[in-house]
Amino acid sequence: MSTRIALRTAALGYLGVLVLVPLAMILYRTFEDGLVAFFQSVTTPAAISAISLSLTIVAIVVPLNVVFGLVTALALARGNFPGKGILQAVVDLPFAVSPVIVGVALILFWGNDGWLGGALPVIFSLPGMVLATVFVTLPFVVREVEPVLREIGTEQEEAASTLGASRWQTFWRITLPAIKVGVFYGVVLTVARSLGEFGALTVVAGGVAGESQTLTLLVHARYIDDHNTFGAYAASTVLMGLALVTLVLMALLERRREA
Amino acid sequence: MITVSNVSKHFGDFTALDDVSLEVPDGSLTALLGPSGSGKSTLLRIIGGLEWADAGSVVIHGDDVTNVPPQKRGIGFVFQHYAAFKHMTVRDNVGFGLKIRKTPKDKIDARVDELLNIVGLGGFAKRYPSQLSGGQRQRMALARALAVEPKVLLLDEPFGALDAKVRTELREWLRRLHDEVHVTTLLVTHDQEEALSIADNIAVMDNAHIEQVGGPRELYDRPANPFVMGFLGPVAKVDGTLVRPHDIALRTQPDAGTREAQVMRVSHLGFEVRVDLELSDGKPVFAQLTRYEAAQLELAGGDIVWLALTGDSDARLVSEDDRLDAVA
Repeated sequence: MSTRIALRTAALGYLGVLVLVPLAMILYRTFEDGLVAFFQSVTTPAAISAISLSLTIVAIVVPLNVVFGLVTALALARGNFPGKGILQAVVDLPFAVSPVIVGVALILFWGNDGWLGGALPVIFSLPGMVLATVFVTLPFVVREVEPVLREIGTEQEEAASTLGASRWQTFWRITLPAIKVGVFYGVVLTVARSLGEFGALTVVAGGVAGESQTLTLLVHARYIDDHNTFGAYAASTVLMGLALVTLVLMALLERRREA
Repeated sequence: MITVSNVSKHFGDFTALDDVSLEVPDGSLTALLGPSGSGKSTLLRIIGGLEWADAGSVVIHGDDVTNVPPQKRGIGFVFQHYAAFKHMTVRDNVGFGLKIRKTPKDKIDARVDELLNIVGLGGFAKRYPSQLSGGQRQRMALARALAVEPKVLLLDEPFGALDAKVRTELREWLRRLHDEVHVTTLLVTHDQEEALSIADNIAVMDNAHIEQVGGPRELYDRPANPFVMGFLGPVAKVDGTLVRPHDIALRTQPDAGTREAQVMRVSHLGFEVRVDLELSDGKPVFAQLTRYEAAQLELAGGDIVWLALTGDSDARLVSEDDRLDAVA
């Protein structure tokens, strides 16, 4: 009994020191001078631009990765094709490769001196930031959905086909409702990771305030370059708030669909 | 009528079906009976369009459906593990096929209500599958398959996941339902008692082949080979002759053609009494007696008795097959 309490205390203490206390400190510092100061700090033109840029990236990346993730998860769970093992490994690659390397690779490919010789305006603009974010968030939907697909098996889909449903009807009416929890977690993780992406973006985004600066880049710029620590805390709080809102929204959506 | 002609199917190196042909008569309830791995489920899934044959053809009611997808075969399929649509109510499950066919909602509702009453789930329309017992889920699955008025009904071990009592109830219920609905039905099972008790017609499968097709009585009384004999019921082996243990009579005196044996053990199993014996050559054999026969003989372990083979001589086979030693 006492060992169990000791273990729990240790686990909570560990979490507290590593996660909760530092985050709480940010919140404390953000609101220390009141709501007005916070509000002013996060409504500067640069901050508004950064928030909208981050949300734009999320709005493009999530649908892309949901579609890609569903197709890939279906192929991995149901398909039987040559190169399946390679696809399995490639899907995990973004987990293994540091985001900074992703950024450098994108410049090598798309940049002015790259393979495509800068034919398209990708680097230092929105397409580059989207590409980098898509890359680092690639595995989430796949890895959340694939095991659910395996678990539900193919019997329900087969039953639907014997009842006359086409493949498309079966996917919408049977498969998707059955895997929606997996899709839900995949989307939450993708949104959180997209908002928080920093390493690849420092390389491919110009980081120009009001233009190509996401929220994470804004936090960094305010803290390191401008020595505006309060501004950095305030922007961090917005970042955390957005992630929290995502989680709550998705949970509400989930509950409403089930009711 | 379902006509399967020369169908073969391989999974890699494994031969699931080897040149199999079968006819399922119109309006019959036919059982595909065999041990697991015999190919019976594969054959059913090929008839249903859920698997493709490597060779051969499938004809349902005169239409060659060999290359027709399951959606257009006019079949109803019931799975061992129900395949209930978990996120839909019982009503939506049963109405699914009709909804896909764009049937007007009032007609769907009327048909679903009718079917739910037939399968005894009248008050369960608004429940979800997770709120039903296994037996109820399978009845729902059956109603769902029947809703689209299939030409043939295909059942893959439909009672295999249920406990023994529910299984017996449900198979009797299925037989009664079939007598009302008359849809041509093919049922896969590994349970010989289930096949014998509800099917008009049984095809016994083993090792990618159909071994014999016939009525329950015909198969039991005149098995074509030791496998069919052993699969349909208990078998005893006396001097190389396979015989049903209830066709062995025990005598207290020797007679012409009798064979001496020693009683090893007498087990009273209700109406049946099982007598384990050892022949003079040391081989074990067992006889099934009624309790009245056993009472008259007053047998006890160690007694010497004489065996006589009685009953229908067609039910005997001369075996060169040692596999059945284990059965006997």
